[in-house]
Amino acid sequence: MASRSGKYTRDFAFEKATAFFASVVLFLAVLLFAVLLRESLPALRKFGASFLVTGTWDPVLERFGALPFLFGTVVSSFLALLIAVPLSVGAAIFINEFAPPWLKAPVSLLAELLAAIPSVIYGLWGIFVLVPILRDLFMKPVTKYLGWIPLFKGPVYGPSMLAAGVLLAIMIIPFILSVSREVLATVPQRQKEAVLSLGGTRWEMIRIVIGQHCLPGIFGATILGLGRALGETMAVTMVIGNRPEISASLFQQGYSMAAVIANEFAEAGGLQLSSLVLIGLLLMLVTLVVNLAAKGILSKMVARASRGI
Amino acid sequence: MTGTITFRRKAADRAMKWVFYLCAFLVVLPLFLIFFDLVIKGAKELRWSLLVDLPHPVGEPGGGIANGILGTVVITLLAMTGSVPVAVMSGIYLAEYGRGKFASAVRFAVDTLTGVPSIIMGIFAYILLVLPMKRFSAWAGAAALSMIFIPVVVRTTEDMLRTVPTTVREAALALGIARWKATLRITVRTAWPGILTGILLAMSRILGETAPLLFTALGNQFWQTKLDQPMAAVPLQVFTYAISPYEDWHDKAWAGALVLITMVLLINIAARVLTREKR
Repeated sequence: MASRSGKYTRDFAFEKATAFFASVVLFLAVLLFAVLLRESLPALRKFGASFLVTGTWDPVLERFGALPFLFGTVVSSFLALLIAVPLSVGAAIFINEFAPPWLKAPVSLLAELLAAIPSVIYGLWGIFVLVPILRDLFMKPVTKYLGWIPLFKGPVYGPSMLAAGVLLAIMIIPFILSVSREVLATVPQRQKEAVLSLGGTRWEMIRIVIGQHCLPGIFGATILGLGRALGETMAVTMVIGNRPEISASLFQQGYSMAAVIANEFAEAGGLQLSSLVLIGLLLMLVTLVVNLAAKGILSKMVARASRGI
Repeated sequence: MTGTITFRRKAADRAMKWVFYLCAFLVVLPLFLIFFDLVIKGAKELRWSLLVDLPHPVGEPGGGIANGILGTVVITLLAMTGSVPVAVMSGIYLAEYGRGKFASAVRFAVDTLTGVPSIIMGIFAYILLVLPMKRFSAWAGAAALSMIFIPVVVRTTEDMLRTVPTTVREAALALGIARWKATLRITVRTAWPGILTGILLAMSRILGETAPLLFTALGNQFWQTKLDQPMAAVPLQVFTYAISPYEDWHDKAWAGALVLITMVLLINIAARVLTREKR
């Protein structure tokens, strides 16, 4: 009997040990929120809600507002989605429906490798390859003929909102692509065959099936990509131009929330530090909401698929 | 009439097929461009001295990123030493015991942490370690990276343990093995290749992280092995060199990037090979 009770004591101890480590993880998450909140309080008290709508960022006069950074983060992220979502969904359809079997593994492996590249390398490539290409082959001609449209107003420098959006698009494609593929795979085979057997073409089958079945999932994939894009730091910092201005033109330089933290944090103190932490807290809360939304949408999608609807 | 409709439908079908082909092409194109540029531009400065020498000042030819390579290895391993036990044990808890409110709270925390932008972890480590210690340090860098590493590995550990069939656990328990022993020696061992893959993938991710190190490890021009001092790291060197105005530093940035991507991909591929053998 003694040995049996010893066995259960050790069982109990092991369970509690694992629970202890789990509580460490929980503690770290709570601590993260608490630390950021405490450190951003001075800025929060001083500026309040006006922090969100003020465009000044002046360390000398100690007046800080996050508007240009919010603007840059939102615009560059949405630009990235605008480019990345159609391409990823198209590529996902190609891999799932058109690609010969031998091509599937390499293409998805390549897409996964894209996800493994550190963001500083994207930034490096952005500065020296992407920005010159965009500047000479796209921005200069477009601003010459369409410069009267505010969106394409010059002068062209190179580093710009557009460059940040394109680079972000390349970075989030792998995530949207892999989720889109999973979403497409949830379509019941018999539904596809039904459309084809009625004489539909392959494109009609894709259109009907996606319209019926995949739109919520693709929306979820999009939101997931947004969550990635919002917090991306290095690549954006390296190509967005780092100028806290709000311009209607995609060819002008901008700034983002993550980029201003990256550039100013190490040398900041006092109210500036607190303001930067507040920007970080805002960024974290926004990404959190976006990620939870994506998770909610996608898990509903999976639940539906498992019921076979 | 029917003829034209059929023709239009067929034409649309064919056109869309090419649109999908084009999408796939455009998705993989950047990867080829990036690797092409990395190899071509990185090879220019890639010589033995890059791997064994300290950085030289601007204008002085030669010099390397050896202190950065050492720093990256040290900071990464430091981050993993503390994180692996925490993450794996938490994963075991969630998969084997995790029911009820506490477990849901932990899962929610893990989900939350996974989505937090990496630069936020830098802020966290800065406030907790750099401010009180009054200096940038390898410790702070490793702490920031741990915060990225832990949630990823908790999640993969839980997922991998869940792939082990219940019958395996039941068979072990039916033989009279204590549950903790069955968990460690049977369940965890069965799932181990998958867990190790998760650990390696997370490692390859933190190896290339730059943002959380900017104001924690900070970087260093010289050799530094003291963990409470600022330490160099390859991603930081790539960043500094890339945004500098000097031509020869740009070449070093490319060479550093080539070294970094080689380290990341080697670990990444090792992780993948591991799961393939399992299948």
